[in-house]
Amino acid sequence: MNIHEYQAKQLFLQYAIPVPEGRHTLSAEGAEQLAEELGGDGWVVKAQVHAGGRGKVGGVKLAKSLPEVVEFSRGMLGKRLVTQQTGAEGLPINSLLIEKIYPIKRELYLSLVVDRGSERIIFVASAAGGMDIETVAHETPEKIISVPVHPSAGLQGYQCRKVAYALGLKGPQIKALGKIMQGLYDLFLAKDASQIEINPLIETDTGELMALDAKINFDDNAVEAHPDILAMKDPDQEDEKENKAQQFGLNYITLEGNIGCMVNGAGLAMATMDLVKLKGGQPANFLDVGGGTNVEKVCEAFKLILSDHSVKAVLVNIFGGIVQCDIIASGILAAIEQVHVTIPVVVRLEGTNAEQGRALLNNTGLNLYAADDLAHAAEQVVALAEAA
Amino acid sequence: MSILIDKDTKVICQGFTGKQGTFHSQQALDYGTQLVGGVTPERGGETHLGLPVFNTVQDAVDGTGATASVIYVPPFYAADAILEAVDAGIKLIVCITEGIPILQMLRVKAAMAGTGALLIGPNCPGVITPGECKIGIMPGKIHLPGVIGIVSRSGTLTYESVHQTTAQGLGQSTCVGIGGDPIHGMNFVDVLSRFQADEQTKGIVMVGEIGGGEEEDAADYIKAHVTKPVVAYIAGQTAPPGKRMGHAGAIVTGGKGTAEGKVAALKAAGIEVVSSPTDIGVAMKGCL
Repeated sequence: MNIHEYQAKQLFLQYAIPVPEGRHTLSAEGAEQLAEELGGDGWVVKAQVHAGGRGKVGGVKLAKSLPEVVEFSRGMLGKRLVTQQTGAEGLPINSLLIEKIYPIKRELYLSLVVDRGSERIIFVASAAGGMDIETVAHETPEKIISVPVHPSAGLQGYQCRKVAYALGLKGPQIKALGKIMQGLYDLFLAKDASQIEINPLIETDTGELMALDAKINFDDNAVEAHPDILAMKDPDQEDEKENKAQQFGLNYITLEGNIGCMVNGAGLAMATMDLVKLKGGQPANFLDVGGGTNVEKVCEAFKLILSDHSVKAVLVNIFGGIVQCDIIASGILAAIEQVHVTIPVVVRLEGTNAEQGRALLNNTGLNLYAADDLAHAAEQVVALAEAA
Repeated sequence: MSILIDKDTKVICQGFTGKQGTFHSQQALDYGTQLVGGVTPERGGETHLGLPVFNTVQDAVDGTGATASVIYVPPFYAADAILEAVDAGIKLIVCITEGIPILQMLRVKAAMAGTGALLIGPNCPGVITPGECKIGIMPGKIHLPGVIGIVSRSGTLTYESVHQTTAQGLGQSTCVGIGGDPIHGMNFVDVLSRFQADEQTKGIVMVGEIGGGEEEDAADYIKAHVTKPVVAYIAGQTAPPGKRMGHAGAIVTGGKGTAEGKVAALKAAGIEVVSSPTDIGVAMKGCL
């Protein structure tokens, strides 16, 4: 689960991680008032969307006067921001973060993530902040330091000092960084984060360290245990269909093709998409209906797939193991009738009672094709989509 | 021979009296697995499916001599269940549960270090030695005792591989679903090394997917240590970056963990990588 920058910064404050003075608002008038309250002679207006790369596309602007604050705020609110991380439709800008401007001496990078290889939470830091860390990792890997934390021992002082020296920090800054790292680690554990990123972590002209940006992702498997985090969820920033799918225990991801896919199991669902592509088609979605497929789930799955109007044909691929194929076939039939599916549907059933299942699907008078083999099913659905 | 389990393996079930535990325990019994009892706190002393129920794993081990355990408890209780099994001296722990918080798994893995216990999963179908012992949720009927070792991160793709190697008449020695979570127990290399050492296993099917670097590690290992033919398939070639594809571990981040990179690493190690999931069985047959 993702949250907005302003929410991440509120969490940072709870863990004594310094952030710029700033507030959150829903309107241009609010922005002006906040800027006035914050004082000073310059403010930064930041679009609150769940994506990085905002600065490059006008989602972060420096205002030198109150009228500019209003102008920039009006320019952003109600628009959709398209960044390199959002896809072509972009994300809606429904609110803004207004912050004081601080003179920046250096931009650093600091993040915390679960590393699969070492099975540890690791700190990743670099003196090359403000840039895309993947680019730094690719071009100048020597500029990145990573420090794994043992789950039983926890974060140690020497580990913080190691990072501090690598970042070229001195004197009181070393202790300050240690506090920031401890705060991040505590926050990560307390709220079941999966990633926290500060890019950039700035050193101001007076030598203070401050999180200029803040990004936190949470572990979807644990978020249920954190009502305060769940309350920060912003459905407007998420794909409507993906949200709806979740309510029905379906795993759905929108893609850009025209062949709808409905599959049981995440691995088989990915493999089915790949196969459609291999046969010259373009999958419209990833959809895992999970085990224990029932009529209600299949109905909802069809509704989701059909709500994407670019879908010209559907491939249903079910490996019936524990649940028998004839039962699955009746479920698919009932769903097709209930949802009034009219576009062609190719069904590949394999597993226990597969033949009985296929027999049920044949000669129904519906626009339905029972395939006896997965490769043929993929070829058939690609041909049907092309003909449509 | 087979790896990890055989007809003599004594198994208990944690979460025995729950819906999942009950259903799959019955299936295991029907398959012929030596399921000897189960654990549900506060239900000790009862009989369920004709088998004794114990309050703790330790009681179950003492009472039955079980060396393996299968876990069907809900996600927020699963870490506790795994560590209880480790503490009671269980040698092989199979955790089916999906949705365990990742930080809990980090602590579990750290706590398991040095204990010698093996963990399969979580978020996996389990392990089966066809005709002898089935521990998990896989459909027993599609399997055939035979010569192919199968290791996979995905449940349904394991079934596909089983179905195809059965159709080719090859059958399976043992099939291990290592699970779709980013932090998990046995990895590809742990299983591959056992297949290499196993006399019954003549060929190996390895099914990977996007995310992480275990397929790349497996490629290095196979190149250096595996002399048996290996057929690999990697799922997720069309997956968009940054999106979690159903499995918690199936995500491409920062250009790492792509299907393309994994396929390249496996091919560079001289492994036959099929581009279609429907070609696994035929390709395996062709290698023998």
